[in-house]
Amino acid sequence: MDRTHRSEILIGEPVAEGDLVRPPEEDCACKEGMFPKASRRQILRGGGLVTAAAATVLLAKRTLAADEDMAGSWTVPGQLAKSDYGTRSKFETAVRQATPAGTDALTPLQSLWGIITPSGLHFERHHNGVPAIDPAQHRLIIHGMVDRPMKYSVEDLKRFPSVSRIVFIECSGNSGGTARSATLKTAQAAHGLTSTSEWTGVRLSTLMSEVGVKDGAGWVLAEGADGAMLSRSVPIDKIMDDAFVAYAQNGEAIRPENGYPMRLILPGWEGNINVKWLRRLKLGDKPFMTREETEKYTDLITLTGKARQFSWVMEAKSLITFPSGDMRLPGKGFYEITGLAWSGRAPIERVEISTDGGKNWALASLQEPVLPKAHVRFRYPWHWDGSETIIESRATDQTGYVQPTKAFLTANEGVGPTYHYNGIQSWKISADGSVSNVLIA
Amino acid sequence: MFSSHRGILLATALMLGASPLAVSGQESGYAGTYPFGTAATQADIDAWNKDVRPDGQGLPPGSGTFEKGQKIYAEQCATCHGENLEGIRDPNLPQGGGPALIGGRGTLNTSKFKITVESYWPYASTLYDYILRAMPYTAPSSLKPDEVYSLVGFILGRANIIDKKATMDAKSLPKVEMPNRNGFYPDNRPYPVKRYD
Repeated sequence: MDRTHRSEILIGEPVAEGDLVRPPEEDCACKEGMFPKASRRQILRGGGLVTAAAATVLLAKRTLAADEDMAGSWTVPGQLAKSDYGTRSKFETAVRQATPAGTDALTPLQSLWGIITPSGLHFERHHNGVPAIDPAQHRLIIHGMVDRPMKYSVEDLKRFPSVSRIVFIECSGNSGGTARSATLKTAQAAHGLTSTSEWTGVRLSTLMSEVGVKDGAGWVLAEGADGAMLSRSVPIDKIMDDAFVAYAQNGEAIRPENGYPMRLILPGWEGNINVKWLRRLKLGDKPFMTREETEKYTDLITLTGKARQFSWVMEAKSLITFPSGDMRLPGKGFYEITGLAWSGRAPIERVEISTDGGKNWALASLQEPVLPKAHVRFRYPWHWDGSETIIESRATDQTGYVQPTKAFLTANEGVGPTYHYNGIQSWKISADGSVSNVLIA
Repeated sequence: MFSSHRGILLATALMLGASPLAVSGQESGYAGTYPFGTAATQADIDAWNKDVRPDGQGLPPGSGTFEKGQKIYAEQCATCHGENLEGIRDPNLPQGGGPALIGGRGTLNTSKFKITVESYWPYASTLYDYILRAMPYTAPSSLKPDEVYSLVGFILGRANIIDKKATMDAKSLPKVEMPNRNGFYPDNRPYPVKRYD
């Protein structure tokens, strides 16, 4: 890993923790096309991302019929159906981006459409790797301050009444690398620790009535079956409100890196408390004060030297995914600005767009469905006049909470570990069309 | 200290209306319990019930000393955390190396804040709990209670939080007063002010 890079991030903390580590600046060939990851080679081969300007050039160089990949698909029989899992087109190249330590892999937000993150691109964050779990051997034990301690297999859980919900999960450390630096080039590198899936499982309220919660039980210790045996204390109110144990993600079994065969889902709350590989729930009368809620995932406010604890909710944030860092607009003209907004507190009320560096703001349209505690897709039609400018988005949720500026956060929180960082992201469009991350403090 | 969470959550629930997880069929339909799963036996529970709380609940029998901890640390911990508990950064080590465990007192209200067991961790119990479940990184859950007690004694001794002659056990460990015990407060967001200019 790039040492200088890391030391810049972790002011005062000598060792990298995955969710605060910035990935390396990727060597991206994307300047040839409007979108990242569209290499010159792909464009020349007639891959999907041919821009108007590029296409003009390319068409002058060759005829469609001469291109084996593109021309003539209608002239030969196609591939027959197979009994297999299925893969995407060979021309599609978006992938997760892993950090050097292998503790995280970030979602390519700038390459995605709509609100659902494909399961294979859902971000990863783990504290001692992805465990290999045989679902036939896996058990969830619920014990402690309960009347009837119980043990459930995956098949047991699947027999209970089920619930499905589309929920974003965002790592508490997401975007932290953008607080005081603009070195992370892409939306993926800077903000890719958030994803949205449809999760299916059993309500915790159902399971709690099965085991019988004793009077005075106020907290639930959730523990994973990974090498870190990651554990967090969850207040019983959240457990009874909208929490569930999920065994499915986007219609199929949860991916191993996201908790197979079962995980906790606490809609709207920081990623790590949605404990993956869930094996134990223990009810008690006090928080357990695990490492992940004391040393980690507490918000040190360096102005006072005191730390905010149990700050579970991920507050409103938004991000323009197009145009975004390391892309290049081929020329002035129409572009649809689009991106994602989300809030762990309440549904998104509005997203505003500025195309002049924050001086003026206009409403973006929100794509239905606007789901609570899920990514929401916004769009804004824009005519770029070809001059240098800065574009930004700002989300407001239905509690009235407005996404803050970075200057506000620094003034109120100092320069701590930057968990829960949701300052407004600025992308600069240069006169040559190149888009870059800039810091407006 | 944390009793206010119930109020906050209730208020939030009222503000947002019914939970999206409420399904009418569930509410109006089957009211009984379900015959799924099996009773967890005491042996099932004992095998996994190893967490430790600040008040000492969960601490097992056994004990440890600074001297024994020093030896275990040198063998099992120093490679990642450094011979002097100073932390190591090395891309060839798991997670890029282990954090510093001591030092950093007085830095938390500065831009050079240094988060360590000594400067930041509010409870000694967390150290026991975390080492037992997650350390060493390459062989988690491999240490015995006496070894964990000893490592706690060694680290806290090196941090000048306890006497190097102290014995760590279920009685003494919960009594350790960590320097940053009062360094935390419950979530106070959102800010009661307009959050942008």
